[in-house]
Amino acid sequence: MSPTLLLAVLLALSSLTYRLGSKRAFHVAKKPDSPVLHSRPGYHGMLVALWCLLPALAIFVIWHIFSDDLLSAYAVQSFSAAHGELSQARMELLLNDLRNLIHGSYFSREIDPALQEAADRYLAMRQTANTALAVVVLTTATLAAAWASWRISPALRARNQVERVVKICLTLCSTIAVFTTLGIVLSIIFESIRFFQQVSFFDFLFGLKWSPQMAIRADQAGSSGSFGAVPVLAGTFLISAIAMAIAVPFGLFSAIYLSEYAGPVFRKIVKPMLEILAGVPTVVYGFFAALVIAPSIRNLGMGLGLPVASESALAAGLVMGVMIIPFVSSLSDDIINAVPQSLRDGSLALGATRSETIKNVVIPAALPGIVGSILLAVSRAIGETMIVVMAAGLAANLTLNPLQAVTTVTVQIVTLLVGDQEFDSPKTLAAFALGMLLFVVTLALNVIALYVVRKYREEYE
Amino acid sequence: MNTLDTAAIVPKGFAAPITPVTWEAAKSRKVDRDNRETVGRPFVDDPRMTCRQINVFYGEKHAIKNVSIDIGKNEVLAMIGPSGCGKSTFLRCLNRMNDTIAGCRVSGEIRLDEQDIYDRAIDVVPLRAQVGMVFQKPNPFPKSIFDNVAYGPKIHGLADSRSELADIVEDSLKRAGLWNEVNDRLDKPGTGLSGGQQQRLCIARAIAVRPEIILMDEPCSALDPIATATVEELISELKAQYSIVIVTHNMQQAARVSERTAYFHLGDLVEVGKTGRIFTNPSHQLTEDYITGRFG
Repeated sequence: MSPTLLLAVLLALSSLTYRLGSKRAFHVAKKPDSPVLHSRPGYHGMLVALWCLLPALAIFVIWHIFSDDLLSAYAVQSFSAAHGELSQARMELLLNDLRNLIHGSYFSREIDPALQEAADRYLAMRQTANTALAVVVLTTATLAAAWASWRISPALRARNQVERVVKICLTLCSTIAVFTTLGIVLSIIFESIRFFQQVSFFDFLFGLKWSPQMAIRADQAGSSGSFGAVPVLAGTFLISAIAMAIAVPFGLFSAIYLSEYAGPVFRKIVKPMLEILAGVPTVVYGFFAALVIAPSIRNLGMGLGLPVASESALAAGLVMGVMIIPFVSSLSDDIINAVPQSLRDGSLALGATRSETIKNVVIPAALPGIVGSILLAVSRAIGETMIVVMAAGLAANLTLNPLQAVTTVTVQIVTLLVGDQEFDSPKTLAAFALGMLLFVVTLALNVIALYVVRKYREEYE
Repeated sequence: MNTLDTAAIVPKGFAAPITPVTWEAAKSRKVDRDNRETVGRPFVDDPRMTCRQINVFYGEKHAIKNVSIDIGKNEVLAMIGPSGCGKSTFLRCLNRMNDTIAGCRVSGEIRLDEQDIYDRAIDVVPLRAQVGMVFQKPNPFPKSIFDNVAYGPKIHGLADSRSELADIVEDSLKRAGLWNEVNDRLDKPGTGLSGGQQQRLCIARAIAVRPEIILMDEPCSALDPIATATVEELISELKAQYSIVIVTHNMQQAARVSERTAYFHLGDLVEVGKTGRIFTNPSHQLTEDYITGRFG
């Protein structure tokens, strides 16, 4: 029986036991002189179904986690008997071949008969194992369901038990995000540590020169690489600052207009259009920046007699700013709308004009949320990759001149990891250190903003 | 109660009955329920505000029907009536707060000191400074207590200096009866006060801009009896300087604080008169139904 089919049968079985369980609970309740059921029959049915499903599912999952290793070890036994003791590396190679053979993707011309034999053993064993698994799983399911259904009595607190299981499920789901974050952080940290074993931490953090090219062979001409992150980080901040200089005023003002002044018809048309702007893929913004904005900025600069690089920070920053406008405007609009009308009325009734009301009452009340939306936008800007890859360039210039080409942390991570790379050279590992730096910077921004918001919050309600 | 000494409570200008009448006889003279002409005396000799033939529409809904009434100098006018009868709508006409509601149309003429407030030439901003408003639910701004009260004076440039502003704030808080409770924490947020204190803060905020008329839209409906008593006391003190229009669901409150009472019914102003008479011997059947608790 194939695993998919087994799973389907198991689910069908558990829904059947749900019916049986609730029916039995009805019967128990209907008996003369039976006390009132503690839980409704549905809960009893659900409890039986859970008993049917969960232990069997656990066996199923555990087997599938370990089955491949067990089966391979079994298959290779005969192999090592034929070839004698094998080295670790050779063994892994063999296992890889074996897997390819089993999945039908082995395209080497001659097949080692011993290998073929091992593969056959593997497949035969898997067949047996699947059948055995089906028997074990279904038996467990039936027995557990029978036991749970036998347990049904008026006093059984089925509802509480079902709810506990549901609560555990909810808890697991909510912790998955936390564990994922933890996993990401740990993976970055371990790779970064390897990087810092080869490159000094202070050179990385305070070095003013970024040139990650390493000689691949010892006799090759080329630099030994220097990993000063300052120019890269400065480029990131320069472009983000340009983007925010566009996005914050435009986004905030459009939010104020939409929520306080615009008529319902205008609002109904413009708000979805702004949100479409947020849905444009960043790679499309990238074309736009590289093919339209950058050349026109250069032409404009040439007309004014200014030296403009063909891939300028200004072009990337401008387009990124436009991309971020909807984040700021849409969130801020929602937040401004959430400010109670009674506050506006209170201000208007004192003889304040609309603009005074917005400036002195509405915006201060909405400020924490607005700062939050701006912060989200900053994180977007710092982490944005595609626009800067296409429009900002690769040259790590340490400059504040927006007309020059700069590079950003994300661009460098992309260029360091694209293509075939060895994973033990500092060049590749530098990408992880940069990722770590990016992570720490965004985290620090978040913490600072949280502090600011908490300090200056004007709470309403 | 079988007999009523109506002579004592019928206001001047009405022919006083010579002999006490029986309750049944008094009742039989009531104006019929179907008659929606205003009975009583809607006009006064020295009005601050005059409202003539006011009609208010919310879209198609005719919320206020042909209401005419005066608001006198230094008087408290209570507006009572069942929910949805248009009291609050009418109140919001008096400082044009209805302008903020989409689809609301007002016709008729409201004059404040001979000036039509719905005139095109009138700027609504100074009008609202002249006619202040206190809302049903306390709505302090999410600012400090000081800034809440200083907000209006700052906007209207009533204070030249910081110390003058502080004087206005102190004076307003004192008049609202809140100074002693908050003078040591003026920099704390106004939203942290109790409900009754918040409402008095809103009253202080309203009188800080030195209005001439104060509109109160059920100012005590969210307050406990003690806070209500404080606010009512405050209203009695404020009427020395201001005209006050108060909407209330609490008839005892209307009886306690007001000189005149207006009874609204489904958009009609049914009866206006001296408070004492309205509550003891209403002329209109609908008014009597309401104050005796037959509906509403």
